[in-house]
Amino acid sequence: MSLDRRQFLAVGGAVLASAALAPGMRLVELAEARSPDQAVTNAQRWGILVDTTRCAEGCSACVSACNKENGLQQNVRLDIRPQWIRTVTLQDEQTGYVQTLPMMCQHCEEPPCADVCPTGASFRRADGIVLVDRHICIGCRYCMMACPYKARSFVHENLTGQRADVPRGKGTVEGCNMCVHRVDEGRIPACVEACNYDGGKALTFGDMRDPASEIAKRLATQQSEEIRPNLNLDTGVRYQGL
Amino acid sequence: MTHHNKTVLGAWVTAIVAIAAFLAAAYAFTGGPAKPVPSPLTGVFLGKGKKCVAPVAIMRRYHMQFLLHQRDLTVHEGIRTQRFLLTNCVDCHADPKTNSVLGKHGFCASCHAYAAVQIDCFSCHSPHPQREQETATSAIALAPQHSRIAEMVSKTMVTELQSEPVDGPK
Repeated sequence: MSLDRRQFLAVGGAVLASAALAPGMRLVELAEARSPDQAVTNAQRWGILVDTTRCAEGCSACVSACNKENGLQQNVRLDIRPQWIRTVTLQDEQTGYVQTLPMMCQHCEEPPCADVCPTGASFRRADGIVLVDRHICIGCRYCMMACPYKARSFVHENLTGQRADVPRGKGTVEGCNMCVHRVDEGRIPACVEACNYDGGKALTFGDMRDPASEIAKRLATQQSEEIRPNLNLDTGVRYQGL
Repeated sequence: MTHHNKTVLGAWVTAIVAIAAFLAAAYAFTGGPAKPVPSPLTGVFLGKGKKCVAPVAIMRRYHMQFLLHQRDLTVHEGIRTQRFLLTNCVDCHADPKTNSVLGKHGFCASCHAYAAVQIDCFSCHSPHPQREQETATSAIALAPQHSRIAEMVSKTMVTELQSEPVDGPK
């Protein structure tokens, strides 16, 4: 990547400012940040860790943040209302213990949706985010049947008012994309941001392959599990306290 | 003899009528009073920036290939260089009056209606600008582009276009 003078000054200023203000701050991340003209690689794998013990019943901060960020209109018929993340409430029939957890695309390392896709529209990006390329999606909905988490949905009607960063349209399948437009800018997904701001701080986002990241440290030292581990999908979304 | 004369006369009359009809048709097609050639860009807001991200002649012929190429890079590899990003095209070319690139005088819609090309970009993508005017300037024209797109532009298209007149309203 070539830097023009303004960008060079901006980057240099950021380096100087962080060195001056926070001597203990890690500069490795700044140096390793991907520039917009670099392709994603499998050196990273983005993941979300859900601490269900912090997930309060009745809280839907993550869901409303997702709807807002991705322009998912909620003023449509219930049976075609888009839902990229949902809260699931579970009750233990014997003890009556109730717990709530968010459920969305689990961003599998071996995604069944991509296995069954006849056009290659469902795919796993090198950094672990599972996406639909709507340009080549033919709307067959095989992926919706293959997904064990019911994380995908279909756009049935013409849409207006899409967000510029989140193109969506009739005849294609969609699902959580881990806010890929935000991740590419170096930001965290909207649900995680909202949970840490309004919610119970149950969600942690990060690079599971970076041993220094919070998510990798916690996955290495604390108990966590996949939902339906018997399928051997190696999900990118992991749960604690189930 | 009489019969033969009549046949010759008939042939002459037919030939003269045919030539007259041909000349009339030719006049109607070419020699009539000069009418303005319809232009797809009449009354169209062209853009907020001073300069497009590539020469106008190149953009006219190859913008769809730039968008297609960048779309695959962006969706599959996460490459989001600014130069041929559709959101940046929309930010700059949207008409401030309608806040859109669609509509009768929209930058995209007017030309595609003229050329009878039906595009479906905007059944999914937003035709409205996302950013304010100050960032949607010709600064993007100088922004770095992805090397693979740069290669495509420089190798194939510029050599092809050298034989063509470079024109355009801007």
